[in-house]
Amino acid sequence: MKSVRISLVLALILAFAFVSATKADNHQSQSLTIVWAEWDPANYLQELSKDFTAETGIAVDVIQIPWPNFQDKVFTAFVGKSDLYDIVIGDSQWLGRNSQGENYINLTDWINENIDVDAIYGPAMTAFAEYPKGSGTYWALPAEVDAAGYVYRKDLFEDPKEMVAFEKKYGYALAPPKTYDQLRDIAEFFTRPDDDLYGIATWYSKEYDGITMGFQQVMWSFGGTYGDAETYKVAGHLNSDDAAKALEFYTDLLQFAPPDAPNYYWAETLNAYNSGKVAMAMNYFAFFPGVLNPEVNKISHDKSGFFIAPAGPKGHYISIGGQGMSISSFSKNKDIAKQYMKWFMQKPVQEKWAALGGFTPHKEVLQSDTFKMASPFNKAFAESFPYLRDFWAVPEYAELLAACQTHWNAAISKIKTPKEALDAIAREHEEIFEDAGYYDE
Amino acid sequence: MSDYQLKMAFIMPTMILLILMNIFPLLWSLYLSFHRYKASMPAAPRFIGVRNYARLLQDPEIWGYFQTTAYFVLLAVAAQFFIGFGLALLLNREFRYKGFITTLLLLPMMLSPVVVGLFWRFILFSDNSGLLNFFLSPVLKSPIGWTTHPKVAMLAVVIVDTWMWSPFMMLIALAGLSAVPKYLYEAADVDRASAWFKFRWITLPLVSPLLLIALLFRTMDAFKMFDIVYVLTREGGPGTATETVSMNLYKLAFRNYNTGKACAMAYILLIIIVALSNIYVKYLNRVKGEA
Repeated sequence: MKSVRISLVLALILAFAFVSATKADNHQSQSLTIVWAEWDPANYLQELSKDFTAETGIAVDVIQIPWPNFQDKVFTAFVGKSDLYDIVIGDSQWLGRNSQGENYINLTDWINENIDVDAIYGPAMTAFAEYPKGSGTYWALPAEVDAAGYVYRKDLFEDPKEMVAFEKKYGYALAPPKTYDQLRDIAEFFTRPDDDLYGIATWYSKEYDGITMGFQQVMWSFGGTYGDAETYKVAGHLNSDDAAKALEFYTDLLQFAPPDAPNYYWAETLNAYNSGKVAMAMNYFAFFPGVLNPEVNKISHDKSGFFIAPAGPKGHYISIGGQGMSISSFSKNKDIAKQYMKWFMQKPVQEKWAALGGFTPHKEVLQSDTFKMASPFNKAFAESFPYLRDFWAVPEYAELLAACQTHWNAAISKIKTPKEALDAIAREHEEIFEDAGYYDE
Repeated sequence: MSDYQLKMAFIMPTMILLILMNIFPLLWSLYLSFHRYKASMPAAPRFIGVRNYARLLQDPEIWGYFQTTAYFVLLAVAAQFFIGFGLALLLNREFRYKGFITTLLLLPMMLSPVVVGLFWRFILFSDNSGLLNFFLSPVLKSPIGWTTHPKVAMLAVVIVDTWMWSPFMMLIALAGLSAVPKYLYEAADVDRASAWFKFRWITLPLVSPLLLIALLFRTMDAFKMFDIVYVLTREGGPGTATETVSMNLYKLAFRNYNTGKACAMAYILLIIIVALSNIYVKYLNRVKGEA
C-alpha cells in the first residue's frame, strides 16, 4: 500500500512538472520581448503592438530601460548570452559592435526576401540597418528615425518689444536662427539671470552620449570631422583648427545656459524649457511631445515653435537620432521576431506608428502631408533629414564615445582647453583603432 | 567514514566554493591582463605580454585619475577621522538620550551608497532646487555648482562620503574609548593632570591601534570609491574632476568591454592598495608595540 502511495505522489509530481513545462514553453513561444530605452516612442510601440497581438495572439512586452543605463544593461545581457530580449531597438552606433560581436543575427537574406527595402527611407536604412556601410549587409530594420532639433518660445520671439530691442542691438530681425552665429546672438539676448531666464539649453552632459551628440553637429558644421572614414586616421581631422573653433564656440555658449547646464542631457533640457528657464532648447524631435503637453509644460505648451539645427560657417550637419530594430542572437523566438518586424514595416502599420507619434522610416509616409501636419514639429523634423550625420558605427564605438564624452566635458568645464581636449581624444582614438588592427596593412 | 574523510567532507564544499568564487577569478583576471580580450566580442584572448600594463602606465590620463583618487582619499579619510573621532569623544560620556543620538548618528552608514548619492544629488546639491543653495541664497550672488563646477564637485563628493562614513570612524573610536580603563584617568586626576595631558598620554595611545584599523578600512574603501561618484557627479564629472580610478575601471570593463586592459588596471589598483595597507599594518604594529 505504501509503495502505491509513493508511486501516486511521484506520478502527480511528474504530471505537474510536465504540465508546467508545457505551459511555460507555450507561453514563451507566444510572447515577444522588445527592449528599448525609456521614452515616449517606447510607449507608442507598446500601444501599436496591441494590434499585432490582436492579429496573431502573440503578446508583446516592450521593456523600457532608462537612457543612462540602456547600453550597459543590454550589453551586459549580451555578454551573458541571455535570451531575456528577443528584439533590441538599439542605437545606430551599436551596429558594428553587435554585428561583429555576434549579438545580432544577420538579416540580409530575410530582408531581401521579405521587406520592400525601396519603401524605406534610404539614409535611414544605411544608418540603422547596414554594417559595414555600403556593404548591403543588414542587421536591423529602422524603427524610429530621429534628429536633433530646437524648440523656442514663440511668445518671447514674437513679442514686439523684444523684436525691436533685438534688432536694435544686433542689426537684424529676431527669428529662429539659421546659423550658429545667430543662435549665439539670440542666446545672449535672452540671457537674464536676474529674471531666471537664459538663452539656451543644450547637451553638455557626461552621461552616455550627451555632449557628443550635442557638440558633434557643431563640429561638423564648423568643418571638423571625426577622422578619415577610409584610413581611420584621426589626427589632423578631429583636432583641426576648425574643430577647436567649434569647441570654443560650444564652450562659450555655456555662459548663456542655466548654471546647472554642464549636467544637461535630454531630460534636463526638456525640464529647463518646460519650466520657462530658457528661450530655446535643443533635443531630439522624439522628445518634443513633452513640450506640447499642458500637464508637463504649463508655461509654453501652446506658445512653442520648432526649427532645425542651424548651419555653421563650413557646412550644415545634424546629429542623427533614432534606432534600428534587431533580433538578438540569443532569442528563442527568432521566427516570431521576424514576423513582428515584417508586420511593423507594412504601410498601414507605419501610418498608425506615425499617427501615434513615432517617427516612421517609411519613405511614403514620412513624405506625406499628413505626417508633416501631424504635429507642429514634424515639418522641422522632415527638413532636417538631408543634413543628418552619425558617429562612428564601428565595433569600438563605445570606447571612442567614452573618450569624447570625457574630454569634451572637461573642455566645457574649463579643466582642459579645447585644443588639449581634442588632442587627447585624437590620441586615444588612434590608440583604439591601432589596438583594433585598423592600421595593420 | 574515517575521521579524515569526515573532515574533508566538511571542508571541501567551502574550499571548492572559495576556489571557484575567489581564487579562479583572481588567476583568470591575471591571465587576461596579459591578453587582448573583449568580453563582448567572440574573438579568443590574444597574448600581448605586458602591453596592457605599459599602455596604462604611459597614459597621462590614468595618472590624472590616480591623482584625483589620492586627493579624494586624503580629504575624505582625514575629514572622517577628525569628525568621527570628535563625535566619539563627545559621546564617550553619560548624558540623556545618548543611545538614541548614537543610533541617529549611525544611520547614514546603514544606507545604500546609491541612495545616498541620489539623495544628495537631487535634494541637497541640485543647483536649482537644492536645499543647500536655497539656504545659502541670501548670502550668495549665484547658486553654487555643487556637481557642475570642477573645483567644487570634489568637495561635494568628499562631503557626501564624510557624511556617510564618519559614523563608522566614530563607532570604532567609541569602542576604543570605552575600553580605556577609568582608573588611569582617576590617577591622572589625582596628579592634577590637564585635559590635554590626559588626552595626549592616556586616551590617544590606547585608542590609536583601533583608530589605525578604522583608518586602514576607510583608506582601502575610499581608494575604491565608485558608487557615490557614479551617481552624484554622473560618472566622475564635470570633465574628469571627480573621475576616480575605480570609475575609470568600470568604464574600461563594462562600458568599453576592454576586458584585458581592465584586468591590468585592476591589478595595478590591487598592488597599490596592498602596498598602502602594508604601510598601515607596519605602523599599526609599531603603535601596538609602543602601547
